[in-house]
Amino acid sequence: MTRWPISYPLAAVIALITAAPIAVLVGLVENPSEFFDSRNLDLLVNTLLLMFLTVCGAIIIGVPLAIITAYVRLPFAKLWLVLLAAPLAMPSYLGAFTFYAAFGPGGEIDNLLGISTLSASGLPGATLVMILYTYPFVLLTTRASLLSQDASLINAARTLGLSLPMSLFRIALPRALRGITAGALLSALYTLSDFGTPAFMGLDTFTRVIYVEYNAFGLDQAAMLSLQLLVIVGLVLFLESTIGVTLERPGRSLTLWPQRWQIPVLLAAVAPVILLAIFLPLGIFTLWLLREGSGGFELEYAWNSTYASLLAAAVAVVLALPVAYASIAGRFGRLMDRITYLGFGVPGIVMGTALVYVGLQLPFMYQTLGLLIIAYVLRFLSLAVGSVRSTAEKLDASLNKAARVLGASPAEVFWRVTVPLTLRGMIAGAALVFLEVMRELPATLLLAPTGFETLATYLWRVYEAGYFGRAAIPGLLLVLMSALGLALMLFGERRAEFNVMEDKKS
Amino acid sequence: MLNIENLCVDYGPTRVVKNLDLSLGEDEILMLVGPTGCGKTTILQAVAGLIPIAEGRISLNNWQATPEKSMAPEKRNVGMVFQDFALFPHLTVEQNVAFRLDDMTQVDHWLKLLGLDNFRHVKPGTLSGGQKQRVALARTLAHQPSLVLLDEPLSNLDAALKDSLRWEIRNALKTAGVPAIWVTHDQEEALSVGDRLGILNEGVLEQLASPETCFCEPASRFVANFLGEASFIRGQFNAGHVSTSLGDVPATAVDGASGEVELLLRPDDLSINAAVGPGNAELVWGRYEGAYWLYGVRLDDGPDLQIRCSHEKRFEVGERVGVEVITTHALAAFSLP
Repeated sequence: MTRWPISYPLAAVIALITAAPIAVLVGLVENPSEFFDSRNLDLLVNTLLLMFLTVCGAIIIGVPLAIITAYVRLPFAKLWLVLLAAPLAMPSYLGAFTFYAAFGPGGEIDNLLGISTLSASGLPGATLVMILYTYPFVLLTTRASLLSQDASLINAARTLGLSLPMSLFRIALPRALRGITAGALLSALYTLSDFGTPAFMGLDTFTRVIYVEYNAFGLDQAAMLSLQLLVIVGLVLFLESTIGVTLERPGRSLTLWPQRWQIPVLLAAVAPVILLAIFLPLGIFTLWLLREGSGGFELEYAWNSTYASLLAAAVAVVLALPVAYASIAGRFGRLMDRITYLGFGVPGIVMGTALVYVGLQLPFMYQTLGLLIIAYVLRFLSLAVGSVRSTAEKLDASLNKAARVLGASPAEVFWRVTVPLTLRGMIAGAALVFLEVMRELPATLLLAPTGFETLATYLWRVYEAGYFGRAAIPGLLLVLMSALGLALMLFGERRAEFNVMEDKKS
Repeated sequence: MLNIENLCVDYGPTRVVKNLDLSLGEDEILMLVGPTGCGKTTILQAVAGLIPIAEGRISLNNWQATPEKSMAPEKRNVGMVFQDFALFPHLTVEQNVAFRLDDMTQVDHWLKLLGLDNFRHVKPGTLSGGQKQRVALARTLAHQPSLVLLDEPLSNLDAALKDSLRWEIRNALKTAGVPAIWVTHDQEEALSVGDRLGILNEGVLEQLASPETCFCEPASRFVANFLGEASFIRGQFNAGHVSTSLGDVPATAVDGASGEVELLLRPDDLSINAAVGPGNAELVWGRYEGAYWLYGVRLDDGPDLQIRCSHEKRFEVGERVGVEVITTHALAAFSLP
């Protein structure tokens, strides 16, 4: 019998801890007979309706944009792609907050330009924002499958007399169906988990009502709703896991040369999406900064955010090491690796609810920074694991053997060979976790010790108090964090995964 | 009738097709050959309308395309057969062939003619390479194009299949009575199946003539070297003859060559025999080709030459041999490089 790698027991313990919150929630529901009542039905309808409309919208916007960015020769094509993918890196609550403040009678657009617009709130508002921040999932996955298709099939259809739009519709899109579905499911998952958007838009979805119940000390009710939400999330995750990869014969992908007059038309079609998703929030925050300055903002909030994020990033990377190495070592390790992904699938508000309960049972943990950090780590550990693993996988296994043969002990090999060579992955993983934690809202709202205000929670207080102008500084800082996150996605260690990014920020 | 005037195509800043002029007869098959990257596939894509053109004019029966006013590929009625077959994987053979057709007459006709009747309801994925190319051809011809473009249709198939399918495609094109441009990098294919041959080099059409003319009277050294083995021998050009160390040989001057010239010798313009007396050359190498031997010899007072002869003539490396020119037609004489 072969000896188990030393990383296995450690990885197993870490994986079990990651899975613990789910077990806690199951234990919390004392009375399963009340699992479902009529009020839940409204929630369910709202949640599913928001998910359905968002997915439809994301496909309607994402697929044409994928065709344009994959096939059409545009000037500055890379720039357009980055801008179109950028909303992925931005938490949608920034959009929701600014849309809520910008549109409608008395909104910023009305004040500034005198143009009356429909107000953005409720289901329409939430849907608009969710579409704008989740279409990049569809864009990126669809684009990847379109690029994997050889051009000659489309060319054949066209020379046989089929028009270009029909050729794309009948030949290219059917083969990109899996890519589109994958993107649509990611968009659905994000929508299900997102707390900020329905909360700011005042739409009663699971995430929003869980928070309301929690505030009313209905922890039991919150836990039950959390479990119900988890069931839906689990279903979507299951669907996602059934999507295979279509193998296309490799070849050169289609290139379309637009006529000169078509270029501005195409760019004009692309621009509104970017304007709404990126420049509108940026503009509103800047407007507030100019009008109201930094009133009410204290540097302490930024420091709190940074401090908690740094701690979470450090802990996540340390814990990621054994899991990543176990994952490379064998099947059992890979399973442990997959289990840490559970935490990533659990919506932030659900993770928060579970850990509040843990805190109530273990009073020394309740209302401590430690518990908050644990929540962050459980939620984002898989990001660090993925980063470390992808660097470590590239390492030549014979390096370790060479060091052993030269007389080094396993520990010495680890410190002198493995760690220096995986440092890049560790730093990239830490940066990913850091940026996610900086932007995290729901778990922080539930778990932050009294008086511990972060950038995201301060934004929430400002919204609750109605002093929107005070959101300027935290809003802009959060946008900056998002830009850094995007840069990391594009140029970092895991850039190869950019095409099928599973980044979920809620 | 296809007419191409002064066609230029750019790929980014590079011009990949330069000032191409050609026209095609009613059911003529034009072979386009050239080394990789010479622009032959680009020409096909430009004619099909799949890429924009930089200069010139392409016209066929009832349409014309210029850089300012293009014509959508689907409106050109130009059929294309692709190197990788480009069969729609989600449609059956019959659905592929009938892609844009309601009337099944043509579909039935071509499926029968190309021996595909038994595969009608099969998906292309299960077919062999040769069958796939037949389906692709049937699909193109069933749509009754005014012009067929073939982009290296045989390059993905094995050698034995290439030989027979080559003639099957030619016969099908002739049966359909449709003009075709057939791109290949295989010189044997280029010389044998087409009615006319065009040789491309770096985007320029070096020669456009019958295969015999291209082979025997190449317009440039590039063409001479590209179509089969070429050796050169120096001599003095004088009134339809070149005097060389192998004697007086009938010749025509290429591009006004005169005085001191180099004469193109193909391996089968020469004969090789066991030396009578000292001979005039030494055998340097021999390559067995089955029906023939290809020998390399070094003339005592001249260059290295290649000679092809019957497999019955066997010589050893280092042996003394006698080499003669045996052709009676005029050989091409080039001015010195």
